[in-house]
Amino acid sequence: MGTPQFSTFYPDFYIERLENRCIKCKRCVKECTYEAHLWDEKKKILKEDHTKCIGCHRCEAMCPTKAIIIKPHPSQFREHANWTPWFIKNIYKQADQGGVLLTSTGCAVPIKNYFDHLVLDACQVTNPPIDPLREPMELRTYIGSKPSGIEVEEVNGKFRLKKPLPPLIKLEIPVMFAAMSFGAISLHVHQGLARAARDLGTLYNTGEGGLHASLYEYGSNTIVQCASGRFGLHVDYLNAGVAIEIKIGQGAKPGIGGHLPGEKVTEEISKTRMIPVGSDALSPAPHHDIYSIEDLRGLIFALKEATEYKKLVFVKIAAVHNVAAIASGIVRAGADAVVIDGLKGGTGAAPTMFRDYIGIPIELAISAVDKRLREEGLRHMTSIIASGGIRCSADVVKAIALGADAVYIGTAALIAVGCSMCQRCYTGKCPWGIATNNPELIKRLPPEVAYEKIYNLVHAWGHEIKEMLGAMGLNSIESLRGNRDKLRAVGLTKEEMEILEVKHAGEV
Amino acid sequence: MNLELNVHTLHYSQVNRILRKAIEEGKVNFKLYGVNGHRYLAAGISKKVKIEIYGTPGLDLGAFMKGPEIIVYGNSQDGAGNTMDDGKIVIHGMGGDVIGYGMRGGKIHLYSDAGYRVGIHMKAYMDKVPVIIIGGKAGDFLGEYMAGGIIILLGMFSRYPEKPIAGLFLGTGMHGGAIYIRGKVKESFLGAGLKPYPLTSEDEKLLETHLKEYCEDFNLNLSEIFKADFIKIIPYTHRPYGKLYAY
Ligand code: SF4
Ligand code: SF4
Repeated sequence: MGTPQFSTFYPDFYIERLENRCIKCKRCVKECTYEAHLWDEKKKILKEDHTKCIGCHRCEAMCPTKAIIIKPHPSQFREHANWTPWFIKNIYKQADQGGVLLTSTGCAVPIKNYFDHLVLDACQVTNPPIDPLREPMELRTYIGSKPSGIEVEEVNGKFRLKKPLPPLIKLEIPVMFAAMSFGAISLHVHQGLARAARDLGTLYNTGEGGLHASLYEYGSNTIVQCASGRFGLHVDYLNAGVAIEIKIGQGAKPGIGGHLPGEKVTEEISKTRMIPVGSDALSPAPHHDIYSIEDLRGLIFALKEATEYKKLVFVKIAAVHNVAAIASGIVRAGADAVVIDGLKGGTGAAPTMFRDYIGIPIELAISAVDKRLREEGLRHMTSIIASGGIRCSADVVKAIALGADAVYIGTAALIAVGCSMCQRCYTGKCPWGIATNNPELIKRLPPEVAYEKIYNLVHAWGHEIKEMLGAMGLNSIESLRGNRDKLRAVGLTKEEMEILEVKHAGEV
Repeated sequence: MNLELNVHTLHYSQVNRILRKAIEEGKVNFKLYGVNGHRYLAAGISKKVKIEIYGTPGLDLGAFMKGPEIIVYGNSQDGAGNTMDDGKIVIHGMGGDVIGYGMRGGKIHLYSDAGYRVGIHMKAYMDKVPVIIIGGKAGDFLGEYMAGGIIILLGMFSRYPEKPIAGLFLGTGMHGGAIYIRGKVKESFLGAGLKPYPLTSEDEKLLETHLKEYCEDFNLNLSEIFKADFIKIIPYTHRPYGKLYAY
């Protein structure tokens, strides 16, 4: 007998097959990319290997007779408040394999969610709410650096600006799609995001995997990313979008770089990233040309020079302890927008310890950064883009009231196209055809479907945001930005309320 | 089709604007005099033009560029050839730190010493193989995270006779490409897991081709360079992190 592999003994999920419904069509065998359903040709029966199931629910959803139920495995360890199955099983895994625990998506630990402790205001009696179905309601948001003042001159009896305004990006809705690289997610999802961004009047972000040739046509709705690996980064790429995002950090894994495993580097990925098929794509933890704010300024202006000042430059950082001071440096370095990615921001692959325990919640970070920039008189010089853990339109409204100009959504957009949060994106086997580039699997999610779902989601959120604005008596999102008066805290400490700059519910 | 310009009193943005406009008008040969710390010269330019620079160009010379040939008669500051795509930079002096960061194509020929973090994350793809040749010595982290391309370090034309030919952490995390060094390096200076190898006949041919062009650029004698033996440093694996994780 070999060394026992403890991690394989206790399955997480239980695959229940209702025999009275099962017609032995074997669809489940085909759908499961983890080989948890098996067909026994000799006995002509279907079997299940519970240990292999990762709980994606694909088989359950696709079974034509609804004969499958995926549930938590009923086998239980003796209860222990500290040594929950999660910790026990993680230790088994590491004892078996001796490696760093890897996972996907955002922080899974129930660290306090501040959005859930903030409530919104609404008009009653003394000031009437605005009905968005009747009155115009403005969600338009301009991203970029606004001048401290404008100078006007009179020429031939007409007034005009002395100096042209710096370029700004117009968003019809302050919800953009966060950086997710082609490689981490399929080309179909990228195509869906790009089309949805165009039709919604917003932007999507290529991530650091370069830009597939089929997506150049969506340029005016594209943010391209310059990350430490500089994959697929060349002049035409830099010029392809309306903004360039320098990725310093990511909420799901602050302080470390990216790593696209060789298994995911297929022919198409290889062409776009410009690396050989099957080789690991490693992004170092820092940009090795940036060791200071001065160096960051160096890269910001290198990008601006290279693109003739036609593109906005965003700088994305993870929300960490000193986020406000760092953001202040970033604005002084010349960034047109600071992107802050909170603790709950998602990822295709991150070490579990990083995903769950490093960084601070986005709500606190937005408020701290907004406050610091206001105090230093820098707020107008940049836009704040908040990302990481935005789950619904009320989260968007709260983020903006805390001081953000716009938000990024990533996980929410993936859930819109079918993601069931199985948290196994790093395997490249995504059964929903999202976080994979396996040519067979990506067929499970055609680009038109991706487009329609993402469009529907954000369109609906747009309507909800208008309703909430109207209820608060506001007719434009501009009046909500940093407007803490529209928020009240429920169950927060004095300190937390101070950081968020909100009053407690019941205070006037 | 030439343009000569003294840029001493101009801002780098103005210089680049003038360059771009002249290139659009069809000019292909440029001589810039009075260059004194001007940053980003020729950044993002994607035409095959020749730019001769007299003086000391500043940060990120030729960053993201795709095509130009730049010849610097002087030293160059940090970041020359940052994420460069194609073309050539010839520097008749010393270069600063982070030369050729993330470089994906083209050549950088440096006559004398280079600073720290040179050639980090260079990468190669199909027929695009970037090359950096350093005539002097290099600081720490040369070729760190290298994913492709070629670095050749000669150690011959250095201002620092007391220094070792290359600094510490040489090739750390390297997973592609090759570093050739004339002479020897202490193994303790190499990144974890790396070892020096003797050259094969193919390596020698490759070195000869690249060094011949280098000698032409600086009017040097190729046989002088080959009077000492070279070593080669290549990755010990193409997947340095392949076994890092537990699933
Ligand atoms: S891994 Fe997914 S498809 Fe496979 S058995 Fe589990 S839920 Fe079904
Ligand atoms: S994208 Fe796919 S692999 Fe990732 S969590 Fe969602 S369903 Fe699972």
